[in-house]
Amino acid sequence: MIKSCLRALLSHWRRNPVQLFAYLAGLALATALWSGVQAINSEARASYDAAATTLGEGQNNLLIPKQGDRIPQDVYISLRRSGWLVSPVIDGRLGDVRLVGVDLVTSATGLGGDTDINQSTNFTGETLLANPETAQNLAGIAEVIVDASIAPGVAVGDIGLVQRLLERDDLTRLILLADQPIAQPSLGTIAPDLRMQRAQQTTDIAQLTNSFHLNLTAFGLLSFAVGLFIVHSTIGLAFEQRRGMIRTLRALGVPLRTLVVLITVEMMILAAIGAGFGIVLGYLIAAFLLPDVAATVRGLYGAQISGTLELRASWWVSGLLLALVGTAVALSSRIWQISQMPLLASVRPRAWVIATASRFRLQTIGSIILLTATVPMTLFWDGLLAGFAVLGCLLIGAALALPALAADVLTVLQKNTVAPVWSWFWADTRQQLPGLSLALMALLLAVSANIGVSTMVSSFRLTFVSFLDQRLAPELFIQVDTADQSAALETYLKSRNIEALPLLRTQTTIAEQPVALYGVRVGQTYRDSWVFLDETPNAWEQVAGNGAVVVNEQLARRADLWVGDLVQITPDLALPISAVVGDYGNPKGQVILSETVFQNLHPDLYPSQFGVRTQQAVQLRSDIVDTLGIEDNAIIDQSAVKALSLAIFERTFVVTSALNILTLGVASFAILMSLLTLADLRVPQLAPVWALGMTRRRLGWLELLRAVLLAGLVFVCAIPMGLGLAWVLLTIINVEAFGWKLPMYLFPLEYIQLGGYAMIAAFLAAMWPALRLMRTPPSTLLRVFASER
Amino acid sequence: MVLRLEAVQKSFHDSERVVPVLKGVSFDLEAGQTLALRGESGSGKSTLLHIAGALEAADAGRVWVSGHDLTQMDDGGRAALRRSDIALIFQQFNLIPSLTVAANIAFQSALSGRVDQAHIKQIVTALGLDDQMEKYPEALSGGQQQRVAIARAIAAKPKLMLADEPTGNLDEDTADNVLEQMLKLVAQTGTALMVVTHSPIIAARMDRQLHLRSGLLV
Repeated sequence: MIKSCLRALLSHWRRNPVQLFAYLAGLALATALWSGVQAINSEARASYDAAATTLGEGQNNLLIPKQGDRIPQDVYISLRRSGWLVSPVIDGRLGDVRLVGVDLVTSATGLGGDTDINQSTNFTGETLLANPETAQNLAGIAEVIVDASIAPGVAVGDIGLVQRLLERDDLTRLILLADQPIAQPSLGTIAPDLRMQRAQQTTDIAQLTNSFHLNLTAFGLLSFAVGLFIVHSTIGLAFEQRRGMIRTLRALGVPLRTLVVLITVEMMILAAIGAGFGIVLGYLIAAFLLPDVAATVRGLYGAQISGTLELRASWWVSGLLLALVGTAVALSSRIWQISQMPLLASVRPRAWVIATASRFRLQTIGSIILLTATVPMTLFWDGLLAGFAVLGCLLIGAALALPALAADVLTVLQKNTVAPVWSWFWADTRQQLPGLSLALMALLLAVSANIGVSTMVSSFRLTFVSFLDQRLAPELFIQVDTADQSAALETYLKSRNIEALPLLRTQTTIAEQPVALYGVRVGQTYRDSWVFLDETPNAWEQVAGNGAVVVNEQLARRADLWVGDLVQITPDLALPISAVVGDYGNPKGQVILSETVFQNLHPDLYPSQFGVRTQQAVQLRSDIVDTLGIEDNAIIDQSAVKALSLAIFERTFVVTSALNILTLGVASFAILMSLLTLADLRVPQLAPVWALGMTRRRLGWLELLRAVLLAGLVFVCAIPMGLGLAWVLLTIINVEAFGWKLPMYLFPLEYIQLGGYAMIAAFLAAMWPALRLMRTPPSTLLRVFASER
Repeated sequence: MVLRLEAVQKSFHDSERVVPVLKGVSFDLEAGQTLALRGESGSGKSTLLHIAGALEAADAGRVWVSGHDLTQMDDGGRAALRRSDIALIFQQFNLIPSLTVAANIAFQSALSGRVDQAHIKQIVTALGLDDQMEKYPEALSGGQQQRVAIARAIAAKPKLMLADEPTGNLDEDTADNVLEQMLKLVAQTGTALMVVTHSPIIAARMDRQLHLRSGLLV
């Protein structure tokens, strides 16, 4: 019995291959984008873990230079001799590879990685450890043992070897070993140029990038939801079309329970196949997007991600499970319907009447509840989760309201139309709404997400460009290596009466946050260029008078320190905040104080960077190189910095754009599948109109027009939704994810372009079904009247 | 005795009231016997057929099909009985659209694991369906589809065959031909047949006639 029954159930798919394709493709697309994003995230997390293990970051306290990034070897020797148990590390770049050299004798963690150097007969002091990808980049440079657990882009080896490869004889940092002698001379006595950085003060890259990956996950989930709309719609249609078969099977003696089990097993096996395709597709999408994500993460956070994708169980299992759970949810209501359906229920397909007025009314009530819930959520709930909850309520609420709204609009249009053909057209469109509503809801989600995200990115771009104009006011930026160079440059510029903006810089900890401390010479450039988010009157005058500091938004938000609050710079010095400045594209906190205060705190530090105001940048550049011997590559002009910053910015949002396009693609696919699966059910509706004199060609064109008009209606509804989405992204999600708030700008032309894309997508999706209709043989249409269907 | 109904009652509930459809119907049907059930529209004919076919349960009274008391059986038991002993033919053909004619005809026998290919071949030939076996139902005319439904019913070798207006959608000649074939095959297999019909011509060709009026046999 089971075999015969299964054969009958499966025969439906054989006779309706488009429906089967829609079901499998919907699942595949939903799973693909979700598992693709998860594959990227898990690859990134593995890279961060490998980096933490390889580099030992965050595990031990470190001694680092107060200025620059080099420690003379004799400082290390002095520390060891005076009883400080430290292990030296050298860290530098050789081409695209970051070389890290450790002392195998004193290091607490060894080289990191899986390779046991004591067991490995291949390992010598002349060997580096690197993952396979990095090892390729080191071919011909050094002997490399491949160790997959080493962080991407990093090679680790003995300190002597790395020093030789980098052509350096100094160190980058010293690791303070856990057990130090009770009595030891103070650090200030032995190594006054070093400072201690506590383990917990180092930036945890995994934590820092968490929000970025959460954003990607949200996108994956959105795409998954859009894909599930296709699945839900296909399952609904498949059940409607099989009502007759189900009745016959039961009448012929197939027990209800057996039927329910068989249908569930059948649909779940198909779901697993669809999800399997999706996982393969997801792998390809992830492999395609990974380089862009790597560039984004590197640009935003300075983190390195492996460029090679591994098939990790964590993402493909999650994709498979999510697809099965999603299908089970979509399936459950239909199974429940079957179990409740009287054996002798009407077999007439109900696809066209399933969305009754009461269903629309229920959806509208759900929509009102969800949209209303966003208000208290926004007002009284903080954090990233709140942001995503508000986003979810907005999107689902809007999607639920769409069918009822569209039905009302179509009713109004019909009432105001005199021509009979157009009156029929509007009525017929309204009649189609139930069958198309899920696809239209999917399109609404995709277009809203596109409007929201493009508003966010464009607002960010506008703000960022204006921010660069403020910050990059000096025409030249000069980096110096020594105190002598610094003094000579300042004297030289002063002698030529050129305005110089020296920048003193060190790392410190303020309000338990790792902070970059800057000392600036307040002048007209700062007063004219910097735009504050919040300030007291004469903010710069207070800084210049050594009585206040400026902090960036990141620090203000993380430490909850705002204008007027006191900042404890050192145990003996607390200054009020005179202004908070927006600082885009930088994950760290900053405190800016006057040059004088900075030099009082750190008399041994010198300005290592200068901004220079000049109208003759090219001439001055060559003069500085010739006169002071500063290397040309230490001088960067304003336009180069701007171009570099903008390039990083554009790379940052490549992934977002790609996901946007993919989501829109999935939504248009949903329309195509809905139209195709409904095509057969349309014949009885169109045959009478055809019989009354409307040509098949004209009917086909009207189908196309209908799809475009519905997409247009969806687009109009998507504009307020998209802007709401952008507002949530800019004011809630971004603040949590990046630490800064952006002003929101509107971009009507971009929206019109997006609307155009949505309508083109709908047109393309409707083309195939419309062509099929145009080519439907009259005999097929005539069957409707012959009662032989 | 293949079918026995004893004081069967059935009511339906609409939004405001209870509508009694069968008010105590009793009759028997022997193996090989044919019976026509007639009555006005709404007299309860189809309901009676559904109860006899184990598709619906009676509110009161008792129903036996080949010795099994339907009123004592659960849904699973009734389904098993439908598979093994009962065949149903409806006015709307009730074929499985995604299976070929051949698969449709063999379907009920396959469900009960009793496919007799020689028997099926004989029925197919008798009903003139030899050339249609690989077609799908949508490619057949109404008369052909009804013949497939009859072939499916007979191929299952049921003890009881129940037909609800089996020729209601067919023209006179086709209806006559289909009925002729059905009666011939039923006679050959010794199946008990109950036909619900409005047609006095069809009723006249059965061994017995019962008339249902307002839920009672008259």
